[in-house]
Amino acid sequence: MKTIRSRMIAAMAGFGALLAAALLVAPVVGSTSISLARVFDGSVPFADNVDAQIFFIARLPRVVAAALVGASLAAAGVVFQALLRNPLASPDTLGVSSGAALGAMIAITFHLDVSVAGVPTMPLASLAGAVGALAIVYALATARRRGLSGTVLLLAGVTMTAFFSALILFTQYLADFTETFRTVRWLMGMLDVAGYAPILAVLPMLAIAFGLFTTLPRPLDLISLGADAAAARGVDVVRAERTALVSASLATGAAVAISGPIAFVGIVVPHLVRLLVGSDHRIVLPGAALFGAAFLIGCDLVARTAFSPVELPVGVVTALIGGPFFLWLLFHRM
Amino acid sequence: MLRVDNLSFAYREQTPLVVDRVSVEVDRGELVGVIGPNGSGKTTLLKLIAGTLKPSAGSIELAGRRLAEWSRREAARRIAYVPQETHAPFDFAVLDIVLMGRFPHLGAFTLEGPADLAIARRALDATGTRAFEARPFSTLSGGEKQRVVIASALAQEPELLLLDEPTASLDLGHQLDVQTLLGRLNRERGVTMVLSTHDLNLAASLCRRLVLLRDGRVLAQGPTEQVLTTAAVKALYDVDADVQRHPQAGHLTVTPLARLGA
Repeated sequence: MKTIRSRMIAAMAGFGALLAAALLVAPVVGSTSISLARVFDGSVPFADNVDAQIFFIARLPRVVAAALVGASLAAAGVVFQALLRNPLASPDTLGVSSGAALGAMIAITFHLDVSVAGVPTMPLASLAGAVGALAIVYALATARRRGLSGTVLLLAGVTMTAFFSALILFTQYLADFTETFRTVRWLMGMLDVAGYAPILAVLPMLAIAFGLFTTLPRPLDLISLGADAAAARGVDVVRAERTALVSASLATGAAVAISGPIAFVGIVVPHLVRLLVGSDHRIVLPGAALFGAAFLIGCDLVARTAFSPVELPVGVVTALIGGPFFLWLLFHRM
Repeated sequence: MLRVDNLSFAYREQTPLVVDRVSVEVDRGELVGVIGPNGSGKTTLLKLIAGTLKPSAGSIELAGRRLAEWSRREAARRIAYVPQETHAPFDFAVLDIVLMGRFPHLGAFTLEGPADLAIARRALDATGTRAFEARPFSTLSGGEKQRVVIASALAQEPELLLLDEPTASLDLGHQLDVQTLLGRLNRERGVTMVLSTHDLNLAASLCRRLVLLRDGRVLAQGPTEQVLTTAAVKALYDVDADVQRHPQAGHLTVTPLARLGA
């Protein structure tokens, strides 16, 4: 058997190359064809280089947004699955995505989407929704006994999702027509960000989330075999659980703030990555982040080009892939 | 080596004590069994000794140092715990599971090196599981899984090995495999063990000393031959039993005869 070091290097190189290719190819494809050679032609000043302007100003923000959202949702999915020892856990199934969506919806609908001291409030509302949803679900799952009940957590998550969906509909009902059109499209999952501002707004949240993620892989390996056994191996289980819940909520809240809830990324990507590289979270967690980024860039490319010039919401594409995949997972792996 | 002194534990304040003023001593190289009915506090006692639960009162010392002073990692370098059953929701290879035993010996971001691999392979050898080191853990039988988890615990290089009902979910053949393995590890490698069990015949054949628990209290403790009696079985389980030395097996056997009036 190969050592963990060589397995990590091989996996990171493979997924890294895939993401690099996606980052370079996706901005080139679109209604106006541009060439990479001209984009990176240093002899033409940026102001005169139309290809570079299209690449960096019109298309790259959207591709970067797709990468960050894909990486965040996939990594959050890995963390939730290991923590709850349940392969069906994800930001969607736990109600965290819809909690974040409700928070963001309220901010958009009631014009709370402004900046306070230079900090935009919408990502914070989204984060508050994610944390709120998770806090309720977590409290329910831990109320009756010591430790975490995975079954209660998932059932509570499904219930919360339905409940939040109703609240989202209610919020829409209260909104006027133009807002409703905007929020309906946003709820489908859209990546057509205008420039880099929405990305920069959530970057601090993402930085904290991914910083915390780096401490998690080995504790998650052990916790996936049982909390008591992990504690007896030297894992500070309570601390690892809290770190995991906070970081995964931050990542989900940030992702939803950028793009609206994009379903199934958090469940499809982790399972594909495990099929490719095994279950060691030191490989799966960074691998899922890289592959999730490339995956959502790819889905968004399909969304932009499949019915060109009409653009599909990327959430429709991920759902068309994710729905059948989820059923396959239930059928073969449960 | 292990000194449990007046140990008490309740899951919440103002609820009944699950472990009630228990005092036990275990010497290096011993193999001690903890027996008692369901809810008598066996598992809780083992978790307290493993340090995964914090006692409400009393103290635990290992090799003269109080367990409470140690970090989780420090404690795990000295005490290993094998739960009743281990289920892996993701596909880990057997060797991966055993390497997880190295966790308390490694820094937070240190990867397992050749030395750790050698220790893991020795643990696989010691438990007779080397042949399936590359197989997915989830494809093993219950008894094989239990031996792999014991190997993982050995890879922790502990001074004390705790086992919670190690044969409870196994069929007769696998029960005997695990029983033989534990006896051999204790005899040949001098691994100090404390195990809990419902299987009185396993306890009688494997353990030289027994601790009898009921309602969180120690009813009796001492050499197996002295404490495992008809009266003791009655006091523990409300069962009338015949306790005999088996002529071929060479140890005491317990045959339940009748349930006494509840």
